[in-house]
Amino acid sequence: MGRFILTRLWQTLITLLLLTVLIFILARLTGDPTPLVMPSEATDADRNFFRQQYGLDRPIHEQYVIFLRNALRGDFGISFRYREPAFGLVIAAIGPTLQLAGVSMLVAMMLGLPLGIVAALRPGSWIAAAVRAYASLGQAIPTFWSGLMLILFLSITLPIFPSSGYGGPENFVLPAVTLGFYASASIAMLTWANMTEALRSDFVQMERVLGIPPRLIVLKHALRNASLPIVTYLGLQFGLLLGGAVVTERVFAWPGVGQMLVDAILNRDYPVVQAAVMMTAVLFMMINLMVDLLYAVLDPRVSRS
Amino acid sequence: MEPLLAIRGLNVRFGPSERPVPAVADVDLDVAPQEIVGIAGESGSGKSTLCGAIMRTLVRTARVSGEVMFSGRSLLTLNDGEMARLRGRELSMVLQNPMTSLDPLYTIGNQVEEVLRERRRDGAGLRPGGAIEVLRRVHLTAPELRVRQYPHQLSGGMRQRVLVGMATAAAPKLLIADEPTTALDASIQDEILILFRELRETAGSAVIIVTHDLSAIRRLSDRVVVMYAGRIVEEGPTGEVFRAPRHPYTRALLASLPRIEGDEVHLEPIPGQVPDLASLPPGCAFAARCPVAKDICRGQRPPESVVADRHRLFCWRAEETA
Repeated sequence: MGRFILTRLWQTLITLLLLTVLIFILARLTGDPTPLVMPSEATDADRNFFRQQYGLDRPIHEQYVIFLRNALRGDFGISFRYREPAFGLVIAAIGPTLQLAGVSMLVAMMLGLPLGIVAALRPGSWIAAAVRAYASLGQAIPTFWSGLMLILFLSITLPIFPSSGYGGPENFVLPAVTLGFYASASIAMLTWANMTEALRSDFVQMERVLGIPPRLIVLKHALRNASLPIVTYLGLQFGLLLGGAVVTERVFAWPGVGQMLVDAILNRDYPVVQAAVMMTAVLFMMINLMVDLLYAVLDPRVSRS
Repeated sequence: MEPLLAIRGLNVRFGPSERPVPAVADVDLDVAPQEIVGIAGESGSGKSTLCGAIMRTLVRTARVSGEVMFSGRSLLTLNDGEMARLRGRELSMVLQNPMTSLDPLYTIGNQVEEVLRERRRDGAGLRPGGAIEVLRRVHLTAPELRVRQYPHQLSGGMRQRVLVGMATAAAPKLLIADEPTTALDASIQDEILILFRELRETAGSAVIIVTHDLSAIRRLSDRVVVMYAGRIVEEGPTGEVFRAPRHPYTRALLASLPRIEGDEVHLEPIPGQVPDLASLPPGCAFAARCPVAKDICRGQRPPESVVADRHRLFCWRAEETA
């Protein structure tokens, strides 16, 4: 088990190192930030001074080494736009994003898992048909539309929840339902498929002829066997919510890392882009690592062979 | 003696009612207490469906009719809850594939204890060592170690022992074993068969062993039932049927066993194929492959002929095959 964790950690570090190279080059491919940062009346001398100050005049490999050395100390440079440490800016934005992703995942799991299980237990029933319809809708409706509809009905027509902003628990309702509904659709389908397969497995048949009560067969045996791919998917989905909830953050003016990243790319604010991508990646990999560990806990074949 | 299991006129049909597929047709079968009955036949002969009908584990779309009396109860009329209470306690089963019939995520001990807890009324599951006792009874080596191991750490033969132990933990009156040796190495098959015979003595169980492996039936069972295309074609005491088979299909089946004479291995495959159950001929289903078939065989279903005490067959040529 310890060896398993060490291998995983080592692989994670290598991946992160490769990612630093990639994001460093990609950020620079967006173009020269100088014209966006300096006022239009700035002279060439002014522009060169800016480039010198931020080290942009040095060869790219030198810039990379400096970036890497500083990044290891948690210093991702000063934002061109806000003149503040990029790391601090990203950390401030990652809190709201993590909270929204967490609440959304809870909503998605509370909807998707039971729906998938019920559909698998009653194949061909009206419940199964309803779950199929729900999942199709959930996957087909884009979040920007469902988000706007929720705002229209639950914050304008019936002013129950705030349409935007960050702060109290009431602010979470609409964005978390928007994201949770979307994510719950695929979770329900995956749970359905995996539960169906688990319920057909030989050991479930064997437990049936041994007279093991159905509740034990479903909850103890079938569900745990079905949960292995579901856990992987939940981790992936959580990672996607962390990095990819840009649209929903826009619709609900959520001060998260997705919004910040889009702004930083538009402004060619390299330090913020680099810090935001690296932080999201670190979180993503931590989730993956936790999924792998959970996998080893759930499946003895992973950790013992 | 009053039979433990008495099946009368059992029919199992699948598919649409306009074009039914009769997987089991007009089966009558008795099993006495502590008797070992072998059911033989090729794949698709209906032997597994017959077991499913007795255990009531067939898919919901299967239409089962007839009567299955098991120690005074009519199994086909019990509700699901009553049937579930009988399984594992009164009648039990070992499924075809030992490699996949144990939950890979729980230890052997956990799964055996679960059966003891749920199925035994004497609280054996709560007693420490209850699982070890069960494994010792089926001669699993180092049971103290096995209870802590997971299924993937055990061989197929060991897993089969665990499954047999679980199925007989509550000393059921009837144990059905569906192809119990097919997935195992030849060297282990014998040990598992011996185990069944032992369980009849220790647990007092009758055993129905379903297999296409005739040698397993010959070594184990008191009586043999040969099925073809969903119907019983011959039934009788094992020794008598193997010594003097009467039905042409039984003869063909026995002739298809590899025989070693001198340096040569003789093997006579049965010509033709198992018929499609959805479009069976009006007469004997074996007529198309039968070397002695007459016109009447193709036109009309053969009646039952009792040729000796407890030896019966369904064949128009029953007189001539003696």
